[in-house]
Amino acid sequence: MGNSEKIKTEKLNAWFGQKQALRDINLSIRANVVTAIIGPSGCGKSTLIRTLNRMHELVPGAKVSGRVLLDGKNIYDDDVDPVQIRRRVGMVFQKPNPFPTMSIYDNVAAGLKLMDAKKGPALDEVVKKCLQQASLWDEVKDDLKKPGTSLSGGQQQRLCIARALAVNPEVILMDEPCSALDPIATAKIESLIRDLSKEYTVVIVTHNMQQASRVSDYTAFLYLGELIEYGLTKDIFENPKNALTEKYITGEFG
Amino acid sequence: MLSSYRFRRFKDKIAYVLCLLCVIIAIIPLASIIFEVIARGAPQLSLHFLTANGLEGGIGPAIQGTLILIGLTSLIGVPIGIMSGVYLAEFGGNKYASVMRTINDILTEFPSIVVGITAFSIVVVGITGSFSPLAGAAALSFIMIPIVARTTEESLKLVPTSVREAALALGLHHWKTIIRVVLPAAGQGLVTGTLLAIARIAGETAPILLTIMGNTYFFQGFNQPMDALPLRVFLNSRQPSVAVQAQAWGAALVLILIVLTLNVCVRIASRRQFRK
Ligand SMILES: Nc1ncnc2c1ncn2[C@@H]1O[C@H](COP(=O)(O)OP(=O)(O)O)[C@@H](O)[C@H]1O
Ligand SMILES: [Mg+2]
Repeated sequence: MGNSEKIKTEKLNAWFGQKQALRDINLSIRANVVTAIIGPSGCGKSTLIRTLNRMHELVPGAKVSGRVLLDGKNIYDDDVDPVQIRRRVGMVFQKPNPFPTMSIYDNVAAGLKLMDAKKGPALDEVVKKCLQQASLWDEVKDDLKKPGTSLSGGQQQRLCIARALAVNPEVILMDEPCSALDPIATAKIESLIRDLSKEYTVVIVTHNMQQASRVSDYTAFLYLGELIEYGLTKDIFENPKNALTEKYITGEFG
Repeated sequence: MLSSYRFRRFKDKIAYVLCLLCVIIAIIPLASIIFEVIARGAPQLSLHFLTANGLEGGIGPAIQGTLILIGLTSLIGVPIGIMSGVYLAEFGGNKYASVMRTINDILTEFPSIVVGITAFSIVVVGITGSFSPLAGAAALSFIMIPIVARTTEESLKLVPTSVREAALALGLHHWKTIIRVVLPAAGQGLVTGTLLAIARIAGETAPILLTIMGNTYFFQGFNQPMDALPLRVFLNSRQPSVAVQAQAWGAALVLILIVLTLNVCVRIASRRQFRK
């Protein structure tokens, strides 16, 4: 466990109204690795990553208790601006969601353009770099003015990754980023995720266990809102300590 | 078996014919109005009729006045309507908003003569001291705002949550998200709502009767009486002279053409929205 700790949750609980979705989650996510969160549908995977960039509280009636330390500082402290947290902790959603009225270029540039009023050659440079990082540049470099929604599903998802990278986050959260994509597009994104972890801390939610074992260094198994087991991906898949984990990864339920 | 099937087919036919009949009955008055207005109004149309003032037998001041009213009213009504709609859609999860929503719905159906009286007693008597375009626009905005607010709210709600979340997750503030991402995504809906509201106010008569009063001459100033098409139709149709009555038909035709054009624009705008 050479890498330093990037995010740590302490007694993290989350609710939707009266319904509790997370129970006392204590999880330590390491820097510059890929951490996968697996578990059956409805176990709280999305809720967990949405508490890590303060997106959870945007749902009416949603509540959080406990602490989430980002580089040692609790992001739920009163003096913390959620907007700043979301810049540092970017997010890619389950369904590709490019901004419908914006071109490919403007989608990637949106964060910098709208927040920092950045423009000109410096912005062009960032857009190019992020599209390259998202391995989309070669496919779109001649069509930057086209609407983002004109791309295929897999391309749209890589566009959304480029958009998230453009504001230069430290952490990238991905909520089942391949679930709406075909196998070829999925393979592209998986290899992209491996590359991203060199520069960013990546947390990916997936219900696909092969995917978790292919892309991640660490794996957390969630069940009914509780963290059942967490460790090196290799250990979780080869020597699960918990019987429930074993049942899940061998496909006995899910 | 067979006979009961035949009987059902027969009932089916009867129901179909009845429905068709009702549609025809509903269309007859509308078609006859349009026919009558065209038949009586079209002979009036000429460049002179459209551009000359009242003394010279034209409706120029009425056309000009209607356009001024549309402009002034939109200037007041569109920003307020859109901002109210944004409030209802984006911050509308509370008690105040649902009260506002109800009031807004009531205003949409408010008797326009009451709106006219109110604008008369506040703006005409209290502010401009005379019948005026400002009073007219105030009255018409009162009719326009709830329509624009409602359509804005509806079209903002059609913008998927995922688009809002994408913007917020990028670290955009709520306001930036609304102005730069959500409103543009709802753009066609806002255009449609505004055009609908304009079509509605262009034909309103009662509120302007009490606020702009009518004028034989072209625009005299923001605090002077002004003419408008519905008003011209109303005033001229009550005159004994057949020639003057004929002008009312001409004005009616021009008004109908304006409203129809706006409706066609609404059609085009909303079709674009659905194609996306
Ligand atoms: N917006 C919501 N309102 C109410 N309950 C919700 C909402 N979103 C999720 N939940 C509930 O919270 C639990 C966890 O959901 P989620 O985190 O989306 O699960 P997962 O991503 O693992 O499928 C589920 O039981 C789900 O029904
Ligand atoms: Mg989920």
